[in-house]
Amino acid sequence: MTEKVKVTALKKSFGKLNVLNGIDVSIAEGEVVCVIGPSGSGKSTFLRCLNRLEKATGGEIIIDGYPILDKHININKVRQQIGMVFQNFNLFSHLTVKKNIMLAPIDSKKLTPAQAEETAMQLLKRVGLEDKADAYPHQLSGGQQQRVAIARSLAMNPDIMLFDEPTSALDPEMVGEVLQVMRELAEGGMTMVVVTHEMGFARDVADRVIFMADGVIVEEGTPEEVFGNPKEDRTKEFLSCVL
Amino acid sequence: MDFLRVLDEATPLLLQGLQMTVGISLLSLLFGMLLGLFTCLMSISKNKLLKGIAGVYIWIVRGTPMIVQAFIVFFGAPQLIQQFVPAFKIDAFTAGVITLSLNAGAYLAEIFRGGIQAVPKGQTEAARSLGLSKAKTMVKVVLPQAFKVALPSMVNQFIITIKDTSILSVIGLADIVNRAKVYVGKSYQFFATYIFVAIYYLVVISLLMIVSKYLEKRVSYDRKG
Ligand SMILES: Nc1ncnc2c1ncn2[C@@H]1O[C@H](COP(=O)(O)OP(=O)(O)O)[C@@H](O)[C@H]1O
Ligand SMILES: [Mg+2]
Repeated sequence: MTEKVKVTALKKSFGKLNVLNGIDVSIAEGEVVCVIGPSGSGKSTFLRCLNRLEKATGGEIIIDGYPILDKHININKVRQQIGMVFQNFNLFSHLTVKKNIMLAPIDSKKLTPAQAEETAMQLLKRVGLEDKADAYPHQLSGGQQQRVAIARSLAMNPDIMLFDEPTSALDPEMVGEVLQVMRELAEGGMTMVVVTHEMGFARDVADRVIFMADGVIVEEGTPEEVFGNPKEDRTKEFLSCVL
Repeated sequence: MDFLRVLDEATPLLLQGLQMTVGISLLSLLFGMLLGLFTCLMSISKNKLLKGIAGVYIWIVRGTPMIVQAFIVFFGAPQLIQQFVPAFKIDAFTAGVITLSLNAGAYLAEIFRGGIQAVPKGQTEAARSLGLSKAKTMVKVVLPQAFKVALPSMVNQFIITIKDTSILSVIGLADIVNRAKVYVGKSYQFFATYIFVAIYYLVVISLLMIVSKYLEKRVSYDRKG
């Protein structure tokens, strides 16, 4: 399998606070990686370094062969290939659902306005929200907003998707609909990095589970290995609290 | 007190003044908006020098009365410039536009900055993560939302600027207050004349408020329903 993401000795600090203390990961094309770990362990920071929303302070990140920490790389072009879904959806509140999805493809000239609209409608159908095309974000439930946010990312036809606790801000009854969309995406072969507290999802969908604590990867392996037979005490302790 | 007589005699003069008041307000607000946007972008930029220039400009305008600013622009600056360019002259209108624009620009810069900072960071992050450039993110995502937040304060500043034109009558700008003074100097019809002046202001500012209510409705995308 081709290597999609390669992270080497990744370090990130905010001032004196060392948040990532040397992360090494390699992610293959089509692989679904779930990142779990206690809050404050640096999961979001790790994810945000992957599309340079946070500037790493050390190490190397290579995505699709591009060393994205290189100053000379056109980060906007790289980001067009990497979708990101946030905990708080972050839909553009001044735009309708359809316009939210159309903005980036048109701006990047990936699609003409007509094509972008067609794509938007197809994606909305895929996430079951075609009747909400002309609604504004605030008129939608949290689960619906998150599905739109996923559709918005997919409109750029990315080949990697990053999810930062996509269901943590949702009422329990809406978690399922979002996870379902993500599940379908995984089955469709998307390369995904998912920070999540949904252990059921990680167990069912992930090819690999990474357990992070204090800015390092403590343990990683298949869901069976990590959930069924954790080796490290930190992992056991964490899993006993969340399972 | 003779309202009909004043209406008859003063109206042409007051209308002249009104034209000046509205004209100089519009021109100054246009320049003030541009200056304000520019200054605001400077003040939120990471460049310390640009930030500093914006800060000092806003500090000076906020910390001095407009009447003093007008005196400096109209009397003070020309005196200085004449040392180098003896033929230099400035008329009341130009000095008025400069003073009002500088004044409105500083306050509008702060209003814009407040609007921009009120847009949640997640909006910018979402746009950047989709590959939009910094500039495109500003134009397509941040500014439209900032505009909505800033609109009421902007209108408030417009109103202040329109009313502040009256201060410029001290440098001889032929605005409506200046024209009224000329008329009462001859007729001693203080009460009726200034009531008319007040009505003119009320009409102009009410029109502005109607336009702004319409705009507010247009941009109220996040009102429920
Ligand atoms: N922008 C920031 N400035 C300063 N500290 C930050 C910033 N972002 C995150 N941190 C800190 O970094 C640590 C890791 O945060 P985060 O990556 O969000 O953890 P997680 O997602 O695992 O809960 C926390 O201690 C947090 O307070
Ligand atoms: Mg987090």
